[in-house]
Amino acid sequence: MLKIENLHARVAGKEILKGINLTVNAGEVHAIMGPNGAGKSTLGNVLSGRDGYEVTAGTVTFNGVDLLALSPEARAAAGVFLAFQYPVEIPGVNNTYFLRTALNAQRKQRGDKDLDSMQFLKLVREKLKVMKLPDDLLHRAVNEGFSGGEKKRNEIFQMALLEPQLAILDETDSGLDIDALKQVATGVNMLRTPERAFLMITHYQRLLDYVVPDFVHVLAAGRIVESGDKSLALRLEEHGYAGIGEHQPSGASA
Amino acid sequence: MSSPASSPLLTSLLAAPLPQRGISWLDAARQENREAFAAGGLPDTRVEAWKYTPLRALAQRSFISGDSDAATRAVDPALFALPGVDGPRLVFVNGVFRADLSALAALPAGLVLQPLSRALDEDAEALRFVLSRHYRDIGDAFARINAASAVDGVVLRVAAGMQLTAPVQLVFVGATAPAELAWHARNVIELGEGSALALVEQHLGTGEQAHLGTLVSDIELREGAQLTHAVLQNATGANLIRRNSLRLHARAHATMHTVELGGALVRHDLQVELLGDGSRFAGRGVFMPHGRQHIDTQLGIRHQALNTTSDAHWRGVASDRARGVFRGAVLVAPGADGSDANLTNKNLLLSPSAEIDTKPELEIYADEVQAAHGATVGQLDERALFYLRSRGIDLVEARALLTSAFCRAVLGDMVNAPLREHLAELMMLHLPT
Repeated sequence: MLKIENLHARVAGKEILKGINLTVNAGEVHAIMGPNGAGKSTLGNVLSGRDGYEVTAGTVTFNGVDLLALSPEARAAAGVFLAFQYPVEIPGVNNTYFLRTALNAQRKQRGDKDLDSMQFLKLVREKLKVMKLPDDLLHRAVNEGFSGGEKKRNEIFQMALLEPQLAILDETDSGLDIDALKQVATGVNMLRTPERAFLMITHYQRLLDYVVPDFVHVLAAGRIVESGDKSLALRLEEHGYAGIGEHQPSGASA
Repeated sequence: MSSPASSPLLTSLLAAPLPQRGISWLDAARQENREAFAAGGLPDTRVEAWKYTPLRALAQRSFISGDSDAATRAVDPALFALPGVDGPRLVFVNGVFRADLSALAALPAGLVLQPLSRALDEDAEALRFVLSRHYRDIGDAFARINAASAVDGVVLRVAAGMQLTAPVQLVFVGATAPAELAWHARNVIELGEGSALALVEQHLGTGEQAHLGTLVSDIELREGAQLTHAVLQNATGANLIRRNSLRLHARAHATMHTVELGGALVRHDLQVELLGDGSRFAGRGVFMPHGRQHIDTQLGIRHQALNTTSDAHWRGVASDRARGVFRGAVLVAPGADGSDANLTNKNLLLSPSAEIDTKPELEIYADEVQAAHGATVGQLDERALFYLRSRGIDLVEARALLTSAFCRAVLGDMVNAPLREHLAELMMLHLPT
């Protein structure tokens, strides 16, 4: 589904990603771990098409399509979703309006018909229930006045509504208390299907207790320096990132 | 400090004979204002209040004064229909009262609503004070020509204690004519003690007309009166110069929402005088010039009594090569202790060639005053844009969504919900695509 080859990227003239290689197949959950400044969030931002991230070498294909050539909105329509590390507050933009516009924009790009407001509300209420979010969220402005936990849950709620093929979760676990973390994990687990893949960017192994990954990769200084199964995450938890990279990576790195 | 009196604009405006009413004080006031206009001419950009609104191009144009065919100009009532507005109505086309388009049947007792021309027939003396004004400042050139030339307008009086629920609608239409016209309207509005009025004022245009319209309004709120005033200006290609003077006596409360969408050259002077203890003014406005439009708002608020409150929040959005101007001056006079003044102007530039000049000013000469003012000019929040796009909303729509959210914030506290939603929709449609 997703194939990243030799990806190099710069931010503000500084090289952050220095040759990432990674293949993600449908149905897989990949965790990307690593110390601060390793380039984890940069990877998420490059994949979702944020301005200011300059790809200097390498390729990214998504279902055979050159992902890097697409605008952010086209990537979303193609099925890529980024759950933001810092969801943006947008005063004055009503959540219902925002969600419906987003959903119908994606449907339109895929050649599907718009949902009318009844169909849409039914769908939204269903998904809200899953994330245990209150209905009144629909009448509020996007993320405005939300607590940190509500913002993160709102990201997962949006994911549930938009049903992407590839979901990139950028430190969705950061700043969450244990209850919120469990809710987020439940939401993610419910969305795990054989057709959908996840890329979970995280600093801590905590989330991985609840969302068990198929693969764990360690990103350090812009490269994947080690790959393994979930046991790698447990090893990191025990020994920290200090020892990583001393032995050669066994998995997908360059 | 004035343009040469020989400019085509001055020449054309002065070519019309002075209207004679046979009311000696009125005819004299008209004569004096006309002489002042002829002698003073137009202000140039060295006059502080006109610094960012040059009149050079306008001065080169000629207008024919008055419209002898105004009574028969085609105006579709759908033009001024508004949801949530279904009360008495006065309509003026090119400055001339149109009974056929107005709704004056079954006015509630205690409400006087009539064209100025009729009010002068019935009781001119009651209008003597306001219509005898002289405008001393060169910056008031358009008020001078208005005072000299306006033969019609609105007279609205609400009796003491009367609470009007249905909004009163005032409509000024610039209608297409074979020539470019100059028209003038003079409005006198008074709310009696403890009365309440909702007022909706519209400035509209038909076709491609590029007339020059001037309006001068005096609005007086007696003790404890309450005014809710919504203004929609969508005057297509017109040049529109409006001057509102709002005087509030003790405990009077005025709330104003102004939406400026149209016009080629638009100037809105709003003078608010908080004359009585505990009087309050809350003003909200948005101006959205596009193309080569120029929209200038000049707000002057004077706190002259104890514990007075003003809260003014204007927003501007300029696209293409358009220009917006906002000047807000708040003065807290000596003795106006305990006053609370808040003045904000936030602006968005949607194109590199658009320009907004903003100047908030605060002068305080009293004690125990709370005052804040600020202005910003910026672009759309890139983080918010990316957030919307990452959810599949394309760039054009994402920009429109954020811009319209920025504008509609000024309507947030508007009580008339159908009208509020309608205005929000108009703003959305007005945004560049």
